[in-house]
Amino acid sequence: MEEVKTSKQMLGELLDKHYSDALEAKKNGQLVAWATSISPQELLTTMGIHTVYPENHAAAIGARKCAPEFISHSKGNGYSVDICSYARVNLAYMELLHSEAGDIPKPDLIFCCNNICNTVIKWYENIAKELNIPMIVFDLPFNHEYEVSKQDVRYIKGQFLEAIQKLEEITGRKFDYDKFGEVMKISSETSVWWKKAAMKAMTKPSPLNGFDLFNYMATIVCMRGTTEGMDLFKLWYEQLCEKEAKGLGPWKPGEEEKYRVMWDGIACWPYLGPTYKTLRKYGINMVTSTYPDSWYIVYEQNDLDGMARAYSSNYVNRNLDFGVDNITKLVKDYQLDGIVYHSNRSCKLMDFRQFEVQRRVEANTGVPSVIFDGDQTDPSAFSLAQFETRIQALVEMMEKRKQMAGEK
Amino acid sequence: MYLGVDIGSSSSKAVILNQDAKKIGEAILNIGTGSNGPQEVIGQALFQAGLQREAIRRTVVTGYGRMTFTSADRQITEISCHAKGVHFVMPNARTVIDIGGQDAKVICLDQSGNVGNFIMNEKCAAGTGRFLEVMARVLNCKLEDLSGLADRGDNGVTISSTCTVFAESEVISQLSMGQRIEDVALGAHCSIAQRIVGLCNRVNIVPEVVITGGVALNRNAVHCISEELKLPISRPDDPQGMGALGAALYALEFDKER
Ligand code: SF4
Repeated sequence: MEEVKTSKQMLGELLDKHYSDALEAKKNGQLVAWATSISPQELLTTMGIHTVYPENHAAAIGARKCAPEFISHSKGNGYSVDICSYARVNLAYMELLHSEAGDIPKPDLIFCCNNICNTVIKWYENIAKELNIPMIVFDLPFNHEYEVSKQDVRYIKGQFLEAIQKLEEITGRKFDYDKFGEVMKISSETSVWWKKAAMKAMTKPSPLNGFDLFNYMATIVCMRGTTEGMDLFKLWYEQLCEKEAKGLGPWKPGEEEKYRVMWDGIACWPYLGPTYKTLRKYGINMVTSTYPDSWYIVYEQNDLDGMARAYSSNYVNRNLDFGVDNITKLVKDYQLDGIVYHSNRSCKLMDFRQFEVQRRVEANTGVPSVIFDGDQTDPSAFSLAQFETRIQALVEMMEKRKQMAGEK
Repeated sequence: MYLGVDIGSSSSKAVILNQDAKKIGEAILNIGTGSNGPQEVIGQALFQAGLQREAIRRTVVTGYGRMTFTSADRQITEISCHAKGVHFVMPNARTVIDIGGQDAKVICLDQSGNVGNFIMNEKCAAGTGRFLEVMARVLNCKLEDLSGLADRGDNGVTISSTCTVFAESEVISQLSMGQRIEDVALGAHCSIAQRIVGLCNRVNIVPEVVITGGVALNRNAVHCISEELKLPISRPDDPQGMGALGAALYALEFDKER
């Protein structure tokens, strides 16, 4: 009998392959790039340059509870605790080059796009300087206005074209525009399947356990431009549809999805299990986050303007009004009972507007929310007892609202 | 009879109510979770009420140590319990500022006493009772005397560090520079007031504002917070017992529901 793989198994295998392929490529003298998580990988994929993503790798190190070693190494090098812990982990990894959580090869090229934050500029610049390797920067200005402006689209497109030139110089090979078109198409399609799968959580009860978004995120970052990535998300989508058709919820049969919440911000990787279990204990399913949209980078094939706009439209690169509208819409679309905001010590950009987003979303929707303190990789900035108190208080608020709605 | 227990980080409180929600026993001990404080404080409250343990029909536990106290019927967060307790004794309260040993929170209530929203301090001890404990130690006075000491200050010394540990060394250096101990004490109260008001500013503060928790016993701190907030602040007679009272009220409610 032919064995049918679950999407989870496929996910694990693909990630292993992603890392081993990169290590192998390095061994064979091929070029390896380190890139930021939402960068125009299409260019690298077209060029056949193996790409790994330090943020993802740092997250994996965090999830395996291996971060402290790297964090203290970076501290020794003079990096302040106020710097993003992904940066601190990765800058140490660049020197130590080994972790139990898995290894990535040293880069020959840096590919940095500041549509997620400006920390990445200095972080990646340091790597490029220390290793004396070329760095390609994409400057995607923050959108102070609601939509991406025309001049920004032109500016970004110009940078794509310049990057192509630089890649040709670095590799000594011509850029294959036909292949580029292919990769663009695959990348957009993969994004569509990623979002379609994530949107399955709109069903009540949700067939999707939202913490899976944190797991699958690794592949949407690393393999967006590949058919394997696309197949994975298709399979995931189909499996969720099957569960949905059977009316199954996120967990074991009979385990009720009592509350549906959104998680704002990155996971607390070192406490992924405990935070998940705490929510599940109270019957809370994290049905969505700002993640599904973050990698929904969709544009028409061969449309460089569209591609520029898509990369600049990332949630964190859009203004406050957009942020508020976006979450307000999630509350409605996913029928949320509450919101959990992760005040992440590392990520200043995301935290900066969090209070105001929370205030406005609450005014728009009336849905209760809590903020908890934590960090994506540094375990010292999180306290499970305090997390649980906040979650439990959220449950009490959500319960009260349900009661009141029932009484009406 | 209905028992509410509030196990904090540095104190334990118990309240016993009868069917008519009348308080018949109450006790507080300055030892918190991880000690035998909870058991002792329950014993004392029972003794006061002239009851045996068996007379308790329902128990609700709250506070930081609620998870480890297994003999309760239910455990409820201190946020809901404080709201409930305060609403019971001061039905006009719309904002509760609760400052305990290791956390500070601001709770917004609606007219029926439901929690609309709440915020808590960050993970660190700045702006909590622990900060004042540390200050009392550096100033070499008892915690209960700190308020009186600050009353005698004229010009509060600015303490700029928000971190409790750094504030401690900052105070030591202020003292060695010849600042009066009374002015430093006043400065410490102003500093905690600023932190608390910073927290308050994140929500919509609606009067009547009520303060609870151990720090509410410190008159100077309450005064400084009120000045900084530019609003009068009321205080229940028993500011430390609100969580336990709320818990006991929940215990009574659950029994009726059944
Ligand atoms: S976590 Fe935040 S600060 Fe760190 S790289 Fe990501 S976006 Fe930038």
